[in-house]
Amino acid sequence: MRRVNFAILNVAALLGATFPARSQSGGELCFVLRSEPKTFNPMLVDDESSETIRYLTGGVLIRVNRKTQALEPELAVSWKISEGGKKITFRLRDGLSFSDGTPFNAEDVAFTMRTLMDPNLHSPTGDSFRASEGSIHVEVPSPRDVSVEFPAPVAALERLFDQVAIVSSHSPKKEAAVLGPFSVADYKSGSYVLLKRNPFYWKKDALGRSLPYLDSIRLDIQQNRDLELLRFRRGEIQLINSLDASYFETLAKEAPAAVRDVGPSLDSEQMWFNQFATAPVPDYKKEWFHSANFRVAISEAISREDLCRVVFSGHARPAVGPVSPANLFWFNSSLQPHAHNPQDALHRLQQDGFRLDGHVLRDAGGHPVEFSLITNSGNKSREQMATMIQQDLEQIGIRLNVVTLDFPSLIERISRSFDYELCLLGLVNVDLDPNAQMSVWLSSSSNHQWNPEQKAPATPWEAEIDSLMKSQASTTDQNRRKRYFDQVQQVVWEQQPFIYLVNKNALAAVSPSLKNAVPVVLRPQTYWNAEDLYLAPVRPGGH
Amino acid sequence: MKMIRKIATGFLGVMFLAAVFAEIVAPAPYAKQFREWPNAPPSRMHLLGTDELGRDLFSRLLYGSRVSLLLAPAAALLATIMAASVGGAAGYIGGWVERIVMTCTDLAMSLPWLFLLLTVRAILPLNVAPFSSLLITFMLLGLLGWAASARVVCAGARSLRCSDFVLQARACGSTPYRVLVRHVLPNLRPVLFAQFLTSIPVFILTEANLGLLGLGVSEPLPSWGSLLRGLENWSSVQANPWRLAPLVLLVLVVSGFQFILPREGLAE
Amino acid sequence: MVRFAPGFGVDERELDTRLHEDSIQALRRSHSEERNLLRFYSSYLAGAVHGNLGVSHSFGRPVTQLFAERLPVTLRTVALGLAGGWLFGLLLALPAATLWWRGYDLLASTLNGIFLCLPSAVVAILFLYLGGPVALAVCVVVFPRVFQYTRNLFLQTFASPHVLTAQAKGLSGTRIFLWHIVPMAAPQLLALAGVSVSIAFGAAIPIEVICDSPGIGQLAWQAALSRDLPLLVNVTLFVTLVTLLANFASDATSMVLVKRSS
Repeated sequence: MRRVNFAILNVAALLGATFPARSQSGGELCFVLRSEPKTFNPMLVDDESSETIRYLTGGVLIRVNRKTQALEPELAVSWKISEGGKKITFRLRDGLSFSDGTPFNAEDVAFTMRTLMDPNLHSPTGDSFRASEGSIHVEVPSPRDVSVEFPAPVAALERLFDQVAIVSSHSPKKEAAVLGPFSVADYKSGSYVLLKRNPFYWKKDALGRSLPYLDSIRLDIQQNRDLELLRFRRGEIQLINSLDASYFETLAKEAPAAVRDVGPSLDSEQMWFNQFATAPVPDYKKEWFHSANFRVAISEAISREDLCRVVFSGHARPAVGPVSPANLFWFNSSLQPHAHNPQDALHRLQQDGFRLDGHVLRDAGGHPVEFSLITNSGNKSREQMATMIQQDLEQIGIRLNVVTLDFPSLIERISRSFDYELCLLGLVNVDLDPNAQMSVWLSSSSNHQWNPEQKAPATPWEAEIDSLMKSQASTTDQNRRKRYFDQVQQVVWEQQPFIYLVNKNALAAVSPSLKNAVPVVLRPQTYWNAEDLYLAPVRPGGH
Repeated sequence: MKMIRKIATGFLGVMFLAAVFAEIVAPAPYAKQFREWPNAPPSRMHLLGTDELGRDLFSRLLYGSRVSLLLAPAAALLATIMAASVGGAAGYIGGWVERIVMTCTDLAMSLPWLFLLLTVRAILPLNVAPFSSLLITFMLLGLLGWAASARVVCAGARSLRCSDFVLQARACGSTPYRVLVRHVLPNLRPVLFAQFLTSIPVFILTEANLGLLGLGVSEPLPSWGSLLRGLENWSSVQANPWRLAPLVLLVLVVSGFQFILPREGLAE
Repeated sequence: MVRFAPGFGVDERELDTRLHEDSIQALRRSHSEERNLLRFYSSYLAGAVHGNLGVSHSFGRPVTQLFAERLPVTLRTVALGLAGGWLFGLLLALPAATLWWRGYDLLASTLNGIFLCLPSAVVAILFLYLGGPVALAVCVVVFPRVFQYTRNLFLQTFASPHVLTAQAKGLSGTRIFLWHIVPMAAPQLLALAGVSVSIAFGAAIPIEVICDSPGIGQLAWQAALSRDLPLLVNVTLFVTLVTLLANFASDATSMVLVKRSS
């Protein structure tokens, strides 16, 4: 009997931790947006702050569970892909309404897709679906069924619907009428965005209570990360997404229970040499940058372990290529980061005719090896990495000039004037699927950073990458796609058009008063299950 | 007061010598990264500890004084001379000349010079020599930092225009240039000294902010401005209070200049 | 200057790997109307006459709306900062010039030096840590400059012959200050007052950015970083107008005082 009572007590305690008491309200969650949201139109979202609002307010047909990385039905109870990946048919939930009470049906899905795929809208979300030219065909056979047919197969089609927030086709509130757990209640420019609980939200918890638990979410617009940390310590905000490593260490000393290191994120920091043919760079330098030997030697001269340990306080790991090891399926596990070996680097350079003249490395023509690295100012970790790389290259006689520029000036140099030699930037990967990186790898693309908009691939290995990327995009067989993309990663590892430096860890801070928060690697790291979160009073002695 | 002036002179002299002989005085090269000891506290090996990359802060402070102690006062002097010339001449001449010059000064104070600086950065090659970049930066600061003070100098010159000694000098046949240089500007020393003294720390700090635009001192060369920018990470300063050393030194240097300059109107 | 500065017409959204080539080209074309300065200013002036100041790229909202929301915040911050800066500056400077105790001058100058050497950003952060108002941060940036100028001016004026005569004749300190010191120093103090408005606005920009105070300063910084020409033009015009007005007011007051005294 005692054992049974004890078991019942345990279950009750567990349920109490997962579900708030009936008498408790969920409270108001508060955290920070690091910039002004540029739009509330879910189809035009292109910045992190607007994406936060879309995630919290938008209802989607299919959701990628951020923890398991598996697909889950949301507004659609089921779906079917047919015609070799060109067509997707959804069966929708019945009896749902938008936040203003307008009924939801298949016409809304049709309206959303047609608007999204309008080429004149230039929606980043819509562009993800555009595998080829041509328009889509949408059919609505019944109020609960809708099918969307694309002109060509779209790789990883279902996953893309995680980003498509359905808007109403006939609500007078237009995009303001939403299907997500919260809706925008108030917005003060430069100050905050207030989201209130959507009373028509369709999800319920295991006990049959309507979700979300939280009454509201207040998103304060605040750029300064020092102040974000101070407010977290004071209890004014309850979570911090993408916590900097230095702040993580500071907070870990005071409140170890509040910080979480979830492991390597999908993001990477990398640099690349300018290989644009008509760049205003001296010809002898262009020769250096075009040499794979040179690029690999630079890669070998850099100590990635030191970058991880010093800049990120150990909360990063050396990067191998375009895919982080956190991306379990797509990561090519046979590849290792280029080991730090200045001797090997020098030996490799000597094969290209370089020689060490005292402390100065010179090329075959006698030119001292000197070039500049540009990166965006204001990013402390990048500036620190650049300074460490400067010292690493000095060990092999290379002089590196570090120049920090404001972002528009930097973009102008890397995409318009091409007046740069080496650039250090980071890549934020939201999607697991490599198809999202198509425009980086295709040589004809403007985002093919080291040598964009090529009329024909300039090198055999770029032609090979073009072919492999197109092949993986044209099949729905995941294993085949994996083999193609593994080869892409191999070529990139050999040629080093991007010298990948580190994959930062996903770091977060969560107040003990916030229940059901489970930080994960995929964005949004901490509030991916916003409908399950609630605030409870902290016991004495807590943070 | 004589004692304070002697102490200030001595202190500035020591700072100047330490800056010139930094290679001898500094315990480590300013760029050397002791990567095993980032953010280390003060110790025998590192008198002021190390920064985030393990570089000796005391050495960086010494080498940084070369940039800040030499170039910032030079830029401040340039700005003061320009303020004195433009403001003094406009106030002394008066009339429509004064109005036009002051309107141009007001415009100079209002325009977003940020974009001129961005354009300068765009024109300069990326591999410009560090010293050239520094020289250009401080010259720009001097050329752009005179406008506010010129107004105050102009007001002072205007009020002295009709004073007895100026009228007497004119009556004696002194040229306007001579009257301005020998009689008007010396009486505006309070304003000019204030301009000079306030400009030094302002230029040191502004140089650091210009790093955001790609100008100023580039890594690994240190400057007091870049060391002071580190104070913006206040939680790090709370954990490592020795990071306040550049601020303390800058205050002492600025105060030193203050006490070296003659205290106006008091016989010693 | 903005048009020919680097980074004009570029958009960081071009780096979004999801975007189709057409969308990237459309982004690049969207700034084309601003490339022709004559056309831009003609349409701007035509709109300004009807109260339409254009639409901000970076905020996606009419500039008029942004100004209406943010101007009161900045005006309040700057006004309080200026008032506090002048009050502190004068309170510190006057004893430095009048007291015979050199120690006070030493202490005041050193204290002044500390605040002069503190970056505005650090001042702003400190005030936030201490829970102080943003206006006080502007005050801390303004008062060292006010102190420096007024201390030197008062020192010079106190040493002038007519003040020494007045002191010798036994006039009270207050009378000497109000009737002999202030009128002499007034023209330069008034000019400084006009200039301090510019200094306060300049200080408000980094302070508002760091303190996330939703004022014009924050707008100006955002506009500069994103090369938002409509917003930049309006912010520049506003700052120019304020500077001209402040300096005109100080010049006019100075001239009235000079006429009265002569």
